[in-house]
Amino acid sequence: MRAYTPKDDVQAKAYYTDRYYVAPQVPKQEVETDEVFTADLAAIKGKFDVKEAYIQVKQMVVYINANDIYGVLELMRDELEYTQLSEMSAIDWLAKDNTFEIFYQMLSMNKRKRIRIKFFIKKGEAVDSVEKLFRSADWSEREMFDMFGIEANNHPFMKRILMPYDWQGNPLLKTYPLQGDEFAAWYEVDKIYGKEARDVIGPENRDPAKVDRYDSERFARLGHEVPKGTKITGNEPRVEQTYQEEGGVFLVKKFDKKSSVIVDDPQR
Amino acid sequence: MAQHKVNYTQDGGLPVALTTIDKVANWGRSNSLWAMTYGLACCGIEMMAAGASRYDFDRFGTIFRASPRQSDVMIVAGTLTKKHAEFIKRLYDQMTEPRWVISMGSCANTGGMFNTYATVQGVDRVIPVDLYLPGCAPRPETLQYGVMLLQKKIRANKASNAQKPKRLM
Repeated sequence: MRAYTPKDDVQAKAYYTDRYYVAPQVPKQEVETDEVFTADLAAIKGKFDVKEAYIQVKQMVVYINANDIYGVLELMRDELEYTQLSEMSAIDWLAKDNTFEIFYQMLSMNKRKRIRIKFFIKKGEAVDSVEKLFRSADWSEREMFDMFGIEANNHPFMKRILMPYDWQGNPLLKTYPLQGDEFAAWYEVDKIYGKEARDVIGPENRDPAKVDRYDSERFARLGHEVPKGTKITGNEPRVEQTYQEEGGVFLVKKFDKKSSVIVDDPQR
Repeated sequence: MAQHKVNYTQDGGLPVALTTIDKVANWGRSNSLWAMTYGLACCGIEMMAAGASRYDFDRFGTIFRASPRQSDVMIVAGTLTKKHAEFIKRLYDQMTEPRWVISMGSCANTGGMFNTYATVQGVDRVIPVDLYLPGCAPRPETLQYGVMLLQKKIRANKASNAQKPKRLM
């Protein structure tokens, strides 16, 4: 069963943890339980060093050395029929042991199997680009660079892909605040109007969800509009929602409901 | 050769009509509000629905244009990301004066539910806004009523004076 977490304020830090709560683990199986994966793993082990391998949710997970990634993926593509790189990215374990975990999700349409290749790198290290093997790695590696700051060697165009080129910081790092650091908070103001405009425009108003119907400066209640700045008592008469002003508009004839005729007879 | 006879006692004296410059100019401005297509997110779908046959923006004289140089009102429909902020400012600057901005939906008003690093918390941080429409997303009726209110606002202003510069800076 999932551990109970209060839903009213999910941003709040948990002040109570269940002593006896054990986080559920997806069960791992031996690679030998699957014939196809056993053969695949043997082929990889024949040429490269494999640190760990297991099956999880019908997918094989293989841990290799960081230097072998190009060779392993080339072997898998050319000899093991894993012809698609579904996705690749990184996982931030910097707080735990100053490493990133990089994963490559491979798919074989012929075998109907998926294999996840994983390895660890230290912070500041680069990975080898597999863009020459899989075109999909082009944007994936750029996204990894954008979000985590991990560069890919031999990549043809190692630039940010989601954030603007002049962005600072890597948003998917666990140390990056969700609402942005100071650079992010003032990005559009600094870029368009310059830093001196910060005082004029003011800081971001985060989460201004409160709608005050008694505030006539910032809100206008539909059908009960009053002039700006009026003190609202709550007994304002309903304002008829009309298209035109009462006096009519130059050259535009006002629709008069009383003098109009409703046609009931379709044969008219 | 045909004789063109004008009866000044009929049709309110047309083809001669007496009025003020303000009224003529505001009549033209308010009844041909050409809107710039600015569908940034799901509000854009509602904006398209308002423009399509069922709600039919054309009867207000509101025709969507794909160029800022041909449009009078910018309907910002959707989430404005920080990456896109400079472009909305550039397009706003390319619109000819007088120009108006309708901020449509929660995201354009305040950033909405995207309380994150990548979203501009309200387009009024970048460009001046005339009208804020609440809703997520607002119904096409809301947008139509918003355009009506904007027309009223235009007619209430003096057209002969140059438009008061609406700039953040």
